[in-house]
Amino acid sequence: MDSMVENIITVKNLVKKFGHFVANDHLNFEVRKGEIFGFLGANGAGKTTAIRILCGLSYPTSGEVKVGGLDIYSQRNDIKRNIGYMSQKFSLYDDLTVYENIRFYAGIYGLSRKEISTKSAMLMKKLGLEDAKDKLIKDVPLGWKQKLAFSVAIIHDPKIVFLDEPTGGVDPITRRQFWNLIFEAAKDGITVFVTTHYMDEAEYCDRVTIMVDGKIAALDTPSALKKTYSASNMNDVFLKLARVKTVA
Amino acid sequence: MNTILFIIQKEFIQVFRNRMMLPIIFVVPLVQLIILVHAATYEMKNIKVSIIDLDISSTSRQMISKFEGSPFFIIKNTSFSEKEAQQEMKKGNVDMILHIPYGFERRLVKENAAKVQIVINAINGASAGLINAYSTMIILDFNREILIDFLSPAMLTATHNINVTSSYWYNPKLNYKTYMVPGILCLLVTIIAFLLSGMNIVREKEIGTIEQINVTPIRKVQFIAGKLLPFWIIALFELAFGLTLGKILFNIPIIGSLWLIFLSAAVYIFVILGFGLLISTMTNTQQQSMLVSFFFMMIFILMSGLFTSIESMPEWAQRLDRINPIAYFIRIMRMVMLKGSDFHDIRESFYSLVVYAVGIIGFAVWRYRKVT
Repeated sequence: MDSMVENIITVKNLVKKFGHFVANDHLNFEVRKGEIFGFLGANGAGKTTAIRILCGLSYPTSGEVKVGGLDIYSQRNDIKRNIGYMSQKFSLYDDLTVYENIRFYAGIYGLSRKEISTKSAMLMKKLGLEDAKDKLIKDVPLGWKQKLAFSVAIIHDPKIVFLDEPTGGVDPITRRQFWNLIFEAAKDGITVFVTTHYMDEAEYCDRVTIMVDGKIAALDTPSALKKTYSASNMNDVFLKLARVKTVA
Repeated sequence: MNTILFIIQKEFIQVFRNRMMLPIIFVVPLVQLIILVHAATYEMKNIKVSIIDLDISSTSRQMISKFEGSPFFIIKNTSFSEKEAQQEMKKGNVDMILHIPYGFERRLVKENAAKVQIVINAINGASAGLINAYSTMIILDFNREILIDFLSPAMLTATHNINVTSSYWYNPKLNYKTYMVPGILCLLVTIIAFLLSGMNIVREKEIGTIEQINVTPIRKVQFIAGKLLPFWIIALFELAFGLTLGKILFNIPIIGSLWLIFLSAAVYIFVILGFGLLISTMTNTQQQSMLVSFFFMMIFILMSGLFTSIESMPEWAQRLDRINPIAYFIRIMRMVMLKGSDFHDIRESFYSLVVYAVGIIGFAVWRYRKVT
């Protein structure tokens, strides 16, 4: 590997078991600083399990994991300062307004009141949510909620942001807009780690990992993967990998 | 510190944005005080009596009129048949049968002694005891009058009489409302604090926001402090509101220091919040949390000494009651409000609550896991 490239996440022999079920079976990969790293796989392939371990929400059974150069076992709280996380379940409070949600999360990340007011004003302007400032989250459309949840996840300028199926259930246009936000964050130097099962989204990533049944089946750039598996798009790559697995 | 303020702010917004919350805070205490204080009384009034008077003499009538004149008894029916009276009792129409046998007056005159029979429905043992005591008192009273009528006053003074007069301390008029209000207030504070804290963290688990908080560098202690303080404030406010209502509606005495009441309440509420929090960390849905909370609350309330006296419980139950926070607080409230006890008098219960609060909150914090 190119020695000039700095790895921000390194995972060696990561194993996570739930009883007898092996959710993550000896995962090995690195994420490079500043890239958009896609984590692909069918439902139940072990994506969420892996992302939760990387975020410090779940203990690995064994293996070595470093996030931002910090050890997942001993420096958990330092890691948390440097990462953002958006889960597939909605992480905004339905009974708080747009502004109250921003203020709360910024507040528990330790931003000062002054920072909060400038940040939230900027954020609402960027998302075009200025008129919805005092609207309750439950009255805001899903697409906007997702964009807001993403912006809240990076409100403390983390080094890495983890997105767990961030675009579930929205239309292609909103998904495209959401990805524009991701590109913007990447441009600002935030490393993006994103799981998805939309194969078109895989094309937007710098590199993708495809997980099948708890194991990494492939890891490369989308174009290299398409070449290797002689497929015209990522969907075919995925189907080929998944089919190999079912035959085996 | 700042972090805690953001959590407190958020909790307050959520509590008061909930449309059900304000009625719960203001109407529940009012209804509880008015209904429970009047309904949960130890006094027995309107005891329904069936009379079988087989003597039909002036003496038996005199005795019946004694019962009629008492505020405790109502004569429901009179008959000459025991069977009929028993039927009435079976149906639940009467609580007691007064049976005056044939030859009652004659025996009284001739032999200086006569018997009457009293049959009491004792399904509720406590009220049967009361009925027995009331009717014995009436018959004794009647007995004394008879003596004066039958015997010469000279002989009456010759017999030695011991008169017992009693005075009741701390509640001279035996007003049950006075006795009940402090206990009901305890319940009120308990229910509000227990349910609010028990449902809170588990609700965040259900909607998934807990993950988002666990991924931040916030410390467990900060998070839990931010979660508990709003409910602590609400529960203390609730107590103040309830005391005010009790004063206005029932003119309950508050003989001891208000400060002492609130100091004890401040510690006690932490115990209850800790309990709720512990349940919240151990359950995964609001429904589970609710059921577990009710289980504990039922036992604690029934064994709290609110309705029955702790001293008359069996030894093992009294020992078990040492882990019942409600029992400590009700004892403190009654002592301070009705007896005017000072800190020295309640110190044992108070320190028990302090130890309890530290222990249970410590356990809940330890039990709360940011990582699974």
